[in-house]
Amino acid sequence: MDHLEAESIEIIREATATAQHPVMLYSIGKDSSVLLHLARKAFFPGKPPFPLLHIDTGWKFKAMYKHRSRMQAESGMTLIVYTNPHGVAEGISPFTHGSRYHTDIMKTQALKQALDVHGVDLAFGGARRDEEKSRAKERIFSFRTQGHRWEPGAQRPELWNLYNTHIRPGETIRVFPLSNWTELDIWHYIKQENIPVVPLYFAEERPVVHRGGQWLMVDDDRFPFRPGEKLENRRVRFRTLGCWPLSSAIESSAATIDALIEEVATTRFSERQGRLIDTDQPGSMEQKKQEGYF
Amino acid sequence: MEIHHNQAFSSHFKSPIETLRFITCGSVDDGKSTLIGRLFYDSGNIYEDQISALKTDSHLYGTQKDRLDYALLVDGLQSERQQGITIDVAYRYFHTGKRRYIVADTPGHEQYTRNMATAASTADVAVILVDARKGVLRQTLRHSRIVATMNCRHVVLAINKMDLIGFDQLTFDTLVKDYLAATKSLNFDSIYPLPLCSLDGDNILTPSPRTPWFHGKPLLAYLDSLSLSQKDLSVPFRMPVQYINRPHLDFRGYSGRVASGTLQAGDQVKVLPSGVTTRVRRVILGFDDVETVQAGDSVTVTFTDEIDASRGCVLVSPEDPPPVADQFQVTLIWMDQEPLHVGRPYILKIGTKETVGTISKINSIENIGADGDRTSRPQSGTPPERLQLNEIAQVTIKTDSPVVVEPFRKSRSLGGFILIDKMTYATVAAGMTQQVLSSPEGRDIHWHHLTINQKSRGEAKHQTPRCLWFTGLSGSGKSTIANLLEKRLFADHKHTYILDGDNLRYGINGDLGFSDADRTENVRRVAQVAKLMVDAGLIVLVSLIAPFRSDRQRARDLFGAKEFIEIYIETPLHICEERDPKGLYAKARRGALKNFTGIGSPYEPPLKPELAIDTRDQSPEECVDKILRHLRTL
Ligand SMILES: Nc1nc2c(ncn2[C@@H]2O[C@H](COP(=O)(O)OP(=O)(O)O)[C@@H](O)[C@H]2O)c(=O)[nH]1
Repeated sequence: MDHLEAESIEIIREATATAQHPVMLYSIGKDSSVLLHLARKAFFPGKPPFPLLHIDTGWKFKAMYKHRSRMQAESGMTLIVYTNPHGVAEGISPFTHGSRYHTDIMKTQALKQALDVHGVDLAFGGARRDEEKSRAKERIFSFRTQGHRWEPGAQRPELWNLYNTHIRPGETIRVFPLSNWTELDIWHYIKQENIPVVPLYFAEERPVVHRGGQWLMVDDDRFPFRPGEKLENRRVRFRTLGCWPLSSAIESSAATIDALIEEVATTRFSERQGRLIDTDQPGSMEQKKQEGYF
Repeated sequence: MEIHHNQAFSSHFKSPIETLRFITCGSVDDGKSTLIGRLFYDSGNIYEDQISALKTDSHLYGTQKDRLDYALLVDGLQSERQQGITIDVAYRYFHTGKRRYIVADTPGHEQYTRNMATAASTADVAVILVDARKGVLRQTLRHSRIVATMNCRHVVLAINKMDLIGFDQLTFDTLVKDYLAATKSLNFDSIYPLPLCSLDGDNILTPSPRTPWFHGKPLLAYLDSLSLSQKDLSVPFRMPVQYINRPHLDFRGYSGRVASGTLQAGDQVKVLPSGVTTRVRRVILGFDDVETVQAGDSVTVTFTDEIDASRGCVLVSPEDPPPVADQFQVTLIWMDQEPLHVGRPYILKIGTKETVGTISKINSIENIGADGDRTSRPQSGTPPERLQLNEIAQVTIKTDSPVVVEPFRKSRSLGGFILIDKMTYATVAAGMTQQVLSSPEGRDIHWHHLTINQKSRGEAKHQTPRCLWFTGLSGSGKSTIANLLEKRLFADHKHTYILDGDNLRYGINGDLGFSDADRTENVRRVAQVAKLMVDAGLIVLVSLIAPFRSDRQRARDLFGAKEFIEIYIETPLHICEERDPKGLYAKARRGALKNFTGIGSPYEPPLKPELAIDTRDQSPEECVDKILRHLRTL
């Protein structure tokens, strides 16, 4: 655990020392929470010398927005919130436009716009290699060509802890300090460091609807009930958090961090099962990445 | 279809544990992917939703028809899944009750040297796969060699596909003997031979009933039990400075990751390369002040004195400082399509320091280059000038500024480095320092004690500083040719500067007119500036009419022989007047411009220029070629 922490802090400092305009992508989830904590450690007693950037789709859980405000105040860092104005004008909704289109416009395109608008040359992200098969080959310093495209063939070999941080004008780097962490490591660390996380990760009675074999939480009145669907109260929690219509809950009784770690350590299902965007089509995460998704 | 899911392992993993990193190497089809897939599956690190995805995938892409194709668990990218090959280094994570594991999986095909070296650079153990039917191949030895070069000291010799040789002990023993004999010189710390059938899981999680003659531990139990060399904390303290933490005026911290040894508040440290010594006031780890930190920790320290240290400096123990040198002998693995050129400057990154490094000599090229058979490279006579993709060589490297460097076997952090191409920014090589060459009488001679003169400045730029003095009438083509020449020199990584007469009249010569006295002063000033620039190590291109012979002679006298090269752009007046690019001749003819050279004021052509160039029948490119040819003869 100490080794993981030290390695991530080294990566964060290295990236910051060599970038012109770094930002830290902040998605409010557990990985972002750990990433923010590591950044604060890396620059203590100072504040991290970069802003946080939240790509807001307008469909995050209410509890997430609350947590965002809390962490912004606690860290004293600048928070940039960006929402794709075209998406807002079009009234994009995951319910009516589908997860694929929603994710493309409100996350992938929005992220590219935000990076361009703010002249960002380096963005930290909380992705881990153990999340999904196509991430296994992702570098810690991942290069994006002009237009933010990820080309697997153009990535650089990473030897020891020596990162080549040089880029040409228009190119950008995404840096993943949590590359070597697993879901279980994240929770162990959250426990060890007592890091605040969104309460949705812990089991509680919540209003949910059963749809397509998944539990969807009804977070506000935008939920379009289908005939026959009814609201139930179930003891559920989330393994990953995104837009609420795209995150499915699991039935769980893990209300404390210890119970949660026990559950994660023994589960027979992967973390990604609760994410509705990965399985749109075969190799779909890989394709999203090439288009510029984090 | 049996689903075997071992829960015992996962539920034990409740507290943080040690990580072991290993690399798998083998030729294509030796069964690497199958082995890794099997490891994950058998250790209970595969989830049910992944198994159902695997069932779909096995049906679509699998090579096992009705059975689960474990290889598909690890073949990542869609593009390569369809081609059935793996094309890069992939990192995967699993855990047992005892350890966390990071597996670096590398493909067995042509790019393997580069990928394998990358993967091995962070690995503790190498699992080397051998197909039991094929035995120890040249490739197996190459893989072992690369792994040893990267200082990965433990080997598991995994003899796979034992089912295809009937689990025959004799074949296994012979194979092991062959391997031990062939790798004796590599001096591994340990080699663990293991009979496997990845496909069925023999000797992976549990001892196989089909190899009753084998008494060792199965793979996972072995990896769990392997004791890694403990961090040696008695070695002297080293920490490259990564970041200066300056949140406000009252705090100046130096952040970095401790490379070796320990550090305590109150300790004396030396800052290299400057050699300044100071004392540690605070040691900060995370949010806390601590007494001691050790190798591997990411820390921030403050000093009792205000000292000048920046990113790239190294904090070291004053009792036992490392060498500071600008020349060392290294093992280099070339990783780029574009070959290495002896003499070409590259960005060299070592620790947190970047400087420019040049390979001054390739001493030998190892016999384990690209795929296929023995690489035959000329080894006798003149030393080689190029190094190709995936070749490994012993070379001598020279850096522009002295760096803190230690032999690689002593320190991964201060002995390993990368080279970066100055144009493409690709990472083109990995280097392991074998021997530090110039560190004159050891450790107390630092850069600021050296006499730095024109020669050393020029050498640092890999060039001979010169003044190329273009003279000729207005419109003769001086500036065009000078500009083109500068581009060519620049592309050749030379450090250049153009002093253009017209441009200088806006600044340093802004107070001068066109009287004979002012013209003389004009030339004097430009010559002096050129002199300073040549002293700074630059190749200076002066583009100036300088009509008077005596003025040019005075300029020449400032420089040494062969340092001043007068290039006469010999375009006759009527041609210049025809071209008249700035309309000045017309203006002078109208009488609107007094003292214009060639019309109202004389031009004295040089009598013995180093080069005379006639622009009438040559393109500017041809003129530049001619100048470059001349420069090469000097
Ligand atoms: N009979 C037998 N076949 C194996 C064994 N291990 C792997 N294979 C087969 O060998 C082929 C190549 O395996 P794969 O894991 O893709 O090799 P890689 O190229 O090294 O990753 C596949 O058809 C596997 O099913 C084994 O232990 N016994």
